[in-house]
Amino acid sequence: MNTNISRRSFVKAGAVAGMGLGLAACGGNSGSSDGSSSDTIKVGLMGPYTGDVAQYGLACRYGAELYVKQVNSNGGINGKQVELDTQDEKGDATEAVNVYNKLVEDGVVGIIGDVTSTPTIAVAQASVKDNLPCVTPSATAADVISYGNNYFRACITDPYQGRLMADFAADQGYKTVGVIYNQGGDYEQGVADAFTEEAGKKGVTVSDSEGYPAGATDFNSQLTNIIATKPDAIFSPNYYQDDGKIVTQARKLGYTGVFLGADGWSNIVGGDEEYASAEDLEGCYYDCSFVAENEDEKVQDFIKAYKDEYNDTPSNFCALGYDAAMILLNAIETVEKDGKATYGSDDYKQAVVDAIASGTAKGVTGDISYSGTGDPVKSTLIITFKDGAQEVSKTVKGE
Amino acid sequence: MTATKATTAQADTPAASGYRSLSMPMRYLINAVLVVVFLVVGELMIDGGVVSRYQTGVIEQIGIYIILAVSLNIATGYLGQLPLGHAGFMSVGGYSCAIFIMRMMDVVGVTTRDFANATPAAMGLFVLGIIFGGFCAAICGLIIGVPALRLKGDYLAIITLGFAEIIRVVMQNIDGVLGFTLTGGAKGLTGIPSYTNFLNTFIVVAISLFLIHTMMKSRHGRAILSIRDNEIAAESCGVNTTYYKTLAFVASAFFAGVAGGLYAGCIGVMAPAKFGFMKSIEILVMVVLGGMGSMLGSVISATVLTILPEALRAVSDYRMVVYAVVLILVMIFRPEGLLGDYDFSMSRVIERLMNHGKRPEDVAPAATPAVEAAAPAAAPGAPSATTEKDTGKEANAHE
Repeated sequence: MNTNISRRSFVKAGAVAGMGLGLAACGGNSGSSDGSSSDTIKVGLMGPYTGDVAQYGLACRYGAELYVKQVNSNGGINGKQVELDTQDEKGDATEAVNVYNKLVEDGVVGIIGDVTSTPTIAVAQASVKDNLPCVTPSATAADVISYGNNYFRACITDPYQGRLMADFAADQGYKTVGVIYNQGGDYEQGVADAFTEEAGKKGVTVSDSEGYPAGATDFNSQLTNIIATKPDAIFSPNYYQDDGKIVTQARKLGYTGVFLGADGWSNIVGGDEEYASAEDLEGCYYDCSFVAENEDEKVQDFIKAYKDEYNDTPSNFCALGYDAAMILLNAIETVEKDGKATYGSDDYKQAVVDAIASGTAKGVTGDISYSGTGDPVKSTLIITFKDGAQEVSKTVKGE
Repeated sequence: MTATKATTAQADTPAASGYRSLSMPMRYLINAVLVVVFLVVGELMIDGGVVSRYQTGVIEQIGIYIILAVSLNIATGYLGQLPLGHAGFMSVGGYSCAIFIMRMMDVVGVTTRDFANATPAAMGLFVLGIIFGGFCAAICGLIIGVPALRLKGDYLAIITLGFAEIIRVVMQNIDGVLGFTLTGGAKGLTGIPSYTNFLNTFIVVAISLFLIHTMMKSRHGRAILSIRDNEIAAESCGVNTTYYKTLAFVASAFFAGVAGGLYAGCIGVMAPAKFGFMKSIEILVMVVLGGMGSMLGSVISATVLTILPEALRAVSDYRMVVYAVVLILVMIFRPEGLLGDYDFSMSRVIERLMNHGKRPEDVAPAATPAVEAAAPAAAPGAPSATTEKDTGKEANAHE
């Protein structure tokens, strides 16, 4: 290989290549910005499709794409086909803002996304001034919907889950509960804080609350401290990879009681990998809005359609992506049928926002409606493990 | 884009017989005019809608990364150390600037809207916030710099890496210690007003590059370069190595803090998780790719590496692969970076035009001894060894 390329020629070549790229970028943009013809409805879909949290982004994307495909094969909305503008943001707030600006430039009338909390907050802040209707499938942080009226979510929030599980613990008659959570995660911390607060109100004592740093794999010291307080249950509102290790390690330490979890548990069994054994999980509970074992007809139809499309079992995130798309497209349908606002105008966006706020979507994670805020009113399932399989133990009505 | 103005001529080009050169005030004037022209053209293009909002957002990020890369270049390229904690200083600057501005907004009575309208009070707050951010980062740089700079090479890399991790963990957990909400913990600091726009990013970049450039061309800068070239020789010539190493390190941290302040206003969310090890590496990649010790190199590579992932959106799924391939190719063919230690000088180009394409050494080959004689008089503190090397490089750059 000849490395004797002269500096001058290399710099020149580099400059030319750089200009080319720049021009390509500009050209691409100007080309795609006039795609808003009247026979299609352009909707943005964003999320992390590469990077650390790609699994959630992709799951949401598959769900949303499935719904859009179903709508289009049934004749679209008011005779118009729905066109998805899908963009990756790598789970990074900086890229998320770029993607948002790009989608606005491409002329979308609504966005399904973003997926994780921090980028979604960045997008929510940016989207207020455009009043662009956005539905996030899965961003649970309280802040997301607090900047404007245009942001909605399909999932329940971290604090809501914390309160729900604390109420559940009180109903089960637990007197003392230990808490173990990831200190480095906003989701885990949000659920754990709300749980502790609500537990205090319901007369459940949190005997010990132990945080661990993000990325930890050994939880023995925290668990030993918690088990020493002899709790009736341990609340572990983390993601399933951690939860699996926590449950397994606690059983090895001799803990035989119940584990409670939040919707981060939803892939703990039944996915590509078993994160904890069936006997270790027996009798544990977690809350979630979707589980494949749900007997409900809507859910089974969705699972069948998903399997036909992707040859895989849908996860909680797939279902939420599906529902988020449904919420947004239902509202767009209402506005289109009404026919008053011109496509893409400010009135149109406001009408879509109003339609989301007043409508009800019969989603696969429950009926979703809104009561004045961007937080959904929907039912939640309490799921338990019995003989190695998951089953719905109870359905909690939305408040 | 901003490269031209900051890199004035290599100082002290011999004004030897027969070679027509520009006077210093003239050089400053030329560069100042160029900066203003760029600024006005850029602003007009944005106002006129030639540059879209998406592109403006990317341009702002380019400016932020330019400051980061050039400031890291002070410590790597000019001082010759390998700090891996630049993201730490960036986050300190970003958090302190954002918190300062958010808290002072209520006190001064500035609203979010004022930032968009650029009222004098809002602009004053912006300037104070950015300086405050830089100042806080500089203090952190001082705290870590004094003990860390006793070490060299990999040891320094590890200690700065550790320090950046400490900063990240502190940002994550400080709320619990303080008992009130300061940084927002793991979920991040949200609701930061968008005080960053093209105009003030451009001005901050221009001022930062000007300050860094003039510092490196001053006797302090030459002292720093002499430490890089040979620390023992520099010390034996009377350079206070501890002082100058710390100075370079603190200056590097200061500008990283300034960039962090701009970043916070650009994105609107600060989350500790985004300022991990990878962010530092990302900035270091920009410096190494551009060429250590070349300001123009840092500017170009920061620009290219920020645009690249955006420009490659068309090939969405493969864009990170292409990004990596570009890095590998450059490192194979140009191990010393795109530009090595070459720096562009507008004045030098003009001077050459004035002399009909001749270089100073063509006109006055006897000029080199004159420099050596003149340099100690101009800068008593700098050892002549540096000057000699500089002159050598100067000739080298012309090839």
